[in-house]
Amino acid sequence: MHPPEVQAALAEAGRRHWRRNVVFSVVLLCLWAAVGLGCGVLFADALDEYSLGGFPLGFWFAQQGSILVFVVLILVYALGMAVLDRVHRRERRQIVDANGQTPEAGR
Amino acid sequence: MSVQAWTFVFVLSTFALYLFVAWRARVRDTHGFYVAGRGVPAIANGMATAADWMSAASFLSMAGLISSIGYAGGVYLMGWTGGFVLLALLLAPYLRKFGHFTVPDFVGDRFESKVARLVALVCALFISFTYVAGQMRGVGIVFARFLEVDVTVGIVIGMALVFVYATLGGMKGITWTQVAQYWVLISAFVIPVIAISMRLTGAAVPQIGMGSDLQSTGEALLKTLDDLNRELGFASYTTPFEASGWDKVNVLCTALALMVGTAGLPHVIVRFYTVKNVQAARWSGFWALFFIALLYLTAPAAAAFARYYVIHSLDGKTAQELPGWYETWSRTGLIVWLDDGDGKLEYRGPEKASENELFRIGTLSATDFADIRAQHQRWLDSGGELGVDGRDKLTTSKLAGPDLDILVLAMPEMAELAAWIIALIAAGGLAAALSTASGLLLVISSSVAHDLYYRMLRPQASEAERLKLSRTAIGVAVVIAGVVGIYPPGFVAQVVAFAFGLAASSFFPVLVLGVFSRRIGAVPAVAGMVAGIAFTGSYILGTVYFGVPRWCFGIRPEGIGAVGMLVNFGVAFALMPFCKGASEAAQALVDSVREPEEE
Repeated sequence: MHPPEVQAALAEAGRRHWRRNVVFSVVLLCLWAAVGLGCGVLFADALDEYSLGGFPLGFWFAQQGSILVFVVLILVYALGMAVLDRVHRRERRQIVDANGQTPEAGR
Repeated sequence: MSVQAWTFVFVLSTFALYLFVAWRARVRDTHGFYVAGRGVPAIANGMATAADWMSAASFLSMAGLISSIGYAGGVYLMGWTGGFVLLALLLAPYLRKFGHFTVPDFVGDRFESKVARLVALVCALFISFTYVAGQMRGVGIVFARFLEVDVTVGIVIGMALVFVYATLGGMKGITWTQVAQYWVLISAFVIPVIAISMRLTGAAVPQIGMGSDLQSTGEALLKTLDDLNRELGFASYTTPFEASGWDKVNVLCTALALMVGTAGLPHVIVRFYTVKNVQAARWSGFWALFFIALLYLTAPAAAAFARYYVIHSLDGKTAQELPGWYETWSRTGLIVWLDDGDGKLEYRGPEKASENELFRIGTLSATDFADIRAQHQRWLDSGGELGVDGRDKLTTSKLAGPDLDILVLAMPEMAELAAWIIALIAAGGLAAALSTASGLLLVISSSVAHDLYYRMLRPQASEAERLKLSRTAIGVAVVIAGVVGIYPPGFVAQVVAFAFGLAASSFFPVLVLGVFSRRIGAVPAVAGMVAGIAFTGSYILGTVYFGVPRWCFGIRPEGIGAVGMLVNFGVAFALMPFCKGASEAAQALVDSVREPEEE
């Protein structure tokens, strides 16, 4: 068990990690909503003015584009969370190591 | 070799493969039985999740459905893939970190409430039974259509197969058979579509072919479809919100309800319990959607090609000019032609319903239809003096147009592919149905043996006892599912809407709140679930069975789960300030779920 002040620092690090996690997820979910519900449904009629490789754009988003974007979003999430997890583990190690240099830690 | 001989070869060899895989993966403890020993690699779990998720409906019916409603078909494409984003970002990693066996486990432990566990348990059972009955039916239909075996016999064969490999290997056996089933179903779907794309547009990639020009006329395929649809009295293929019943509100709500419902389906969620750690859960979310997207990006192309092919090869043709596949499938009643006397087939949409001559038998009995056909022949022979014009009868019975499943079933024949590819479709349809059925049966078994018996009734039950009960529960569930498949209640199609609505309005909100709010206690969570279920359930029951008008913004029953989810969240948030919050232990549980693992 770590001493109380280290426990508190670790808990604070945990909260920081969680906040970063939530912000990251919310950003990705905004993209999810903007593409799936936005481009695919809400603005589909307006986007049909433009065309992409023989598709009306709104129709393409509804039947192709949104699915492609969904796959990419989960890929970015898995990659990004691996980075956030690594940052968090480093922070934790630093807190514990810093504590290890104090004489009490050896008890 | 004939198509039927090939079909026997494919079906029997894939069945042998599934049994062999299950035998290799047999298990001896509950850990292996429920979560495959948590040793499934992320990519294999992705494939298994894809097979688990893609049901007989995705494989056989979805392309046909898109083909008939055009743009609005995107609702199913976006809904059933978009849900995986929610699942991968909001639920999968946290539930994996929590690390028990089932969804009711998390609900019960997080909210420290037996009532919450019980409500979740009942929902899981209801959703799974609804779904599995449709899968067994799908197995029977594939047998009946391709091997000319009776539907009942087909279902019994399917039951026996699932029974053996699910009881033997539990989750582990199911996982590895699902991996095999994924490859069978994806190749069966994609190969014919590539062939059709090359024939029609010259592009080997169907997703590009769909936006290309037709080789025969030089006109763009989608533009041709828009023009043909308009000319024949259908809504335009690509224009949004034109098909009847699919205005903007309905498209939005249905897409959202399917997305949220997908994220709340227990048989998909439990797949994420089978991987090694949290990071593997995130990656298997990616692989799952990647493998699903291979089919879901191909289905709309298949829909567009089949739409063109059906109109082009049937409309305006005489009996001699009709293609061979018309003959094959008209014998099964999936497509029938009642002529108006000019000897030319006319396929027309809702706006020219009185001129349409193409129908399906649907739910009519064979004798009823024979009667309609005989009366129609009299009507034709007498020049309208005697008999009855059968077309009016079929139109008012909502049986205009061919059965939607026919598009996928007849795809290889449309492209004039070799007999063995046609047989591959049968094996693919069976793989899709069986993989989904086995995943659902496992949820049923673990709900009964783990959540109900072990966690609620007899916590002192021994490991061996629990394993035996799990196997028995799967056996009983297979039999019930088979019986419901053989004697389907007339409402199977609507019941699936019910399953999604329920998952959207109960599981999704309660799981998200459980992870993302430290404070929420049992009372707001349970009240939210009950309110969501009550709202969604009463709306679907009312509008589908009791003729209540669609009083909530005219939303169709499939889409009401989106509103039900909001009701659930709303009630939970409203009650939160007035109710007891989560205990210290529950808050510690939330903290541990949020904390990434040590390396």
